[in-house]
Amino acid sequence: MKSFFALSMFLAVMVLSGCSNLTVLDPKGPVAEQQANLILFSIGFMLFIVLVVFVLFTLILVKYRERKSGPEYEPPHIEGNVFLEIVWTVIPVIILIVLAVPTVQTIFALEEAPEATSHKDPIVIHATSVDWKWVFSYPEENIETVNYIHIPEDHPILFKLASADSMGSFWIPSLGGQEYTMSGMMNELYLQADEVGEYRGRNANFTGEGFTEQVFTVTAESQEDYEEWVEEAQDAPELTQEKYNELMLKGHTEEQTFSETHLQWVDHGMDAEYATKVRNGESTDEDDSSEMDHSEMNHDDSEKDSEEHSH
Amino acid sequence: MKLDEFFVTGDPLIYGADVSIALTLIGAIFALTYFKKWKWLWTEWLTTVDHKKLGIMYIIAAVLMLFRGGVDAMLMRAQLTVPDAGFLDANHYNEIFTTHGTIMIIFMAMPFLIGLINVVVPLQIGARDVAYPFLNAVSFWTFFMGAMLFNISFVIGGSPSAGWTSYVPLAGLELSPSVGQNYYLLGLQIAGIGTLLTGINFLVTILKMRVPSMKLMHMPMFTWSSLITMVIIIFAFPVLTVALALMTFDRLFGSHFFTMMDGGMPMLWANLFWIWGHPEVYIVILPAFGMFSEIISTFARKTLFGYKAMVYSMVVIAGLSFLVWVHHFFTMGAGGAVNSFFSITTMLIAVPTGVKIFNWLFTLYKGRIRFTTPMLWSLAFIPNFVIGGVTGVMLAMAAADYQYHNTYFLVAHFHYVLISGTVYACFAGLHFWYPKMFNHRLNERLGKWTFWIFVAGFNLCFFPMYFLGLAGMPRRVYTYGVADGWMSLNVLATMGGVLMGIGFLILVYNIYYSFRYSPRETTGDPWDARTLEWSTPAPVPHYNFAHLPEAKGHDAFWIMKQERKQGKTQEKKPYKPIHMPSYSGVPVVMSVFFFIAGFGMVFSWHWMSILGLIGVLATMVIRSFDYDKGFYVSVEEIEEDQKRTTL
Repeated sequence: MKSFFALSMFLAVMVLSGCSNLTVLDPKGPVAEQQANLILFSIGFMLFIVLVVFVLFTLILVKYRERKSGPEYEPPHIEGNVFLEIVWTVIPVIILIVLAVPTVQTIFALEEAPEATSHKDPIVIHATSVDWKWVFSYPEENIETVNYIHIPEDHPILFKLASADSMGSFWIPSLGGQEYTMSGMMNELYLQADEVGEYRGRNANFTGEGFTEQVFTVTAESQEDYEEWVEEAQDAPELTQEKYNELMLKGHTEEQTFSETHLQWVDHGMDAEYATKVRNGESTDEDDSSEMDHSEMNHDDSEKDSEEHSH
Repeated sequence: MKLDEFFVTGDPLIYGADVSIALTLIGAIFALTYFKKWKWLWTEWLTTVDHKKLGIMYIIAAVLMLFRGGVDAMLMRAQLTVPDAGFLDANHYNEIFTTHGTIMIIFMAMPFLIGLINVVVPLQIGARDVAYPFLNAVSFWTFFMGAMLFNISFVIGGSPSAGWTSYVPLAGLELSPSVGQNYYLLGLQIAGIGTLLTGINFLVTILKMRVPSMKLMHMPMFTWSSLITMVIIIFAFPVLTVALALMTFDRLFGSHFFTMMDGGMPMLWANLFWIWGHPEVYIVILPAFGMFSEIISTFARKTLFGYKAMVYSMVVIAGLSFLVWVHHFFTMGAGGAVNSFFSITTMLIAVPTGVKIFNWLFTLYKGRIRFTTPMLWSLAFIPNFVIGGVTGVMLAMAAADYQYHNTYFLVAHFHYVLISGTVYACFAGLHFWYPKMFNHRLNERLGKWTFWIFVAGFNLCFFPMYFLGLAGMPRRVYTYGVADGWMSLNVLATMGGVLMGIGFLILVYNIYYSFRYSPRETTGDPWDARTLEWSTPAPVPHYNFAHLPEAKGHDAFWIMKQERKQGKTQEKKPYKPIHMPSYSGVPVVMSVFFFIAGFGMVFSWHWMSILGLIGVLATMVIRSFDYDKGFYVSVEEIEEDQKRTTL
């Protein structure tokens, strides 16, 4: 039994001292920081609970093992103890309340832009997962990148998350927790970097063969550097629908930069079928998807589809 | 379809598996023929409706599946030990973690527990068999055929590779066109029939077949945990059945329940899956709690502390288990209110679980603790499960879960609760009730070797994974780079995995060694235990009890023994003939037809599935016109058996 404790302690000490690369506990922005604080706060309580149980457990085993009490000792008949049972019901309830309050507060806090920079308008970036790459669109700046982004430091970023096909999860551990990307759905996630640097982002939700390499890099830089990068990117070759449709095919690709975004043809948060249609060589209805209201569009689409099929 | 598409080709590991499967089959057929055991196999085992024999077959199948799932695990550990390893490619790795997860939960954990429930629960409640013995055989054979159907996928047609959760759209036809996913759907569907029938069967058995003197609040804790588990099964499994059927329609018949195209709703699958899936983890943990209660009480030589609280806490856990499923996808973006609600319900589960932990500790308090092998497993459960439990509370905090989700932190958590909960319990229960099943004990020395090596290996394997998760390692990646810095912890984990494998091999050797050398039981009560199953003679007669025993409290056999010590003797009552059910070959034949139907559907060979389903229907008709009302055990046979009893 003692070997557990020895082992666990050994591992804990070794890990905590040896490798200080616990990304999640080394936050580089306000979102990740709130989460790291919550995690550390909960670890404190958990260690307390573990300690209480382990100490009780060890004491009881040492004291009441047969070798010590002798084979003649006959244990008393004890059915229970109402007082004790109330104690170990009430104390956990109190601990849970203490944990639940900051949890709920943080859940709601993370739905908004970080407080410290709430006076700044967030930069909107559409992040779309496609098997097995990441497509990013900056609608305001009118640029599109593949597998990498640049963001300014100390500025809230609003990621609008969607998927062209399988369900992914958009995750930059240094900047904050993940959120799913789904086809035909739009999720929103606020993140922010407080330090200049290069961070690793990835898909965290299994999407099949190429999942492991479905990664991207995040470059957080000063406002000036960021603006310079935007200008450069705006001079990149224009994104054509033909080019974009190539991105819809399954596979990996290197980092790419375009001016113009794919949002003029398709919003994957509304249209779950685009990538599949491209792969099947079906029409993606270029004309009517650009200006129309989306709720109507879906309706029209389906009607049009059934007409096409019947021909 | 060409032959090389039918059989999986091109991988030396698979060829190795082909050869070993062929050799094992030939070996088994040769042995059965050489020793003239075919008839014995049919009349004693394949047609049996005896709950003890069915239980043993469940356990044998589960140990085989533990081996299969364990090999999968070792392959994964081998691939992940060092960065950029080329041992497995992405597809192969994906197949292996998918089959590992599915097999361990559906075809290992559940059947192992259901096997022990089969052997033990009727004996604990003083029953001569379950309420529906025929149905019990159907349960076993559908589970077994479902498991076989799932398992042949890796040599015929290819394994599923969308994860054991099979999230759509990934598991849909467009992104997973191979037949592997069909195996998952049909294998689970057929096995699920068996589980649901077990749920109904044991619910009725426990409620209606107890000896009349046993009140509900006098039932042994393992029986209580089984009863509550059966209720969960009855409510949860229909959801899985429907979800699997809908996805089968999507894949085979072009419907659009979960597709991206034509307005399907992929998120619905995740919800349905976890509305079954979360209660499922309590289906595999509550019987474990029950076993630990029995074993700790026996080897502390004390009655269970807080019996009623133990029962109520399980009822509360069962209720809450249906109210927490969203915590499996806090990151789906359901919004603050939803996530807060499910955070709190999930945390609440810690309260009844904590009550149980303290009750176990106080059962030990003032006891006389004997460190037998089953007791060691039960004791190791407490600290390990607490680690798994507190990290579960951490995961329940949704805002923090956004960082833990889909990482090795989660992997570490659920292995901590499932292995130290369910697997330790299976091993503890196997050692504890082994003499009831095979009339000899497992060797204690080897048992302790297994215990120390496996438990040390388990902690070494999974404790580092918490830190891997915090270091940002996602689950289900088939490799990682040097720059990630995850290697040292992965090396530790692999070393732990190897130790667990060695522990398992010692257990298997122990089964062989004890079969050869362990002294046979002379009494039915080798551990000086407390509940009614230990009042039966060794070996247990097929009708279990000559006279129905009397239960005067929740340690009924203990009370009997105390009374006997005080000199009270029971008056000898004359034996009466006992009515028992006849064996039947229908369940195994029916399940073979289920297998044929399932196999046909996997490959969309509809002629074959229709033939199979006609076969199923035909066996049902045959059963309906079966007028066999069972038989009577003669008084002479009973008297002969009772010479061997201690009471």
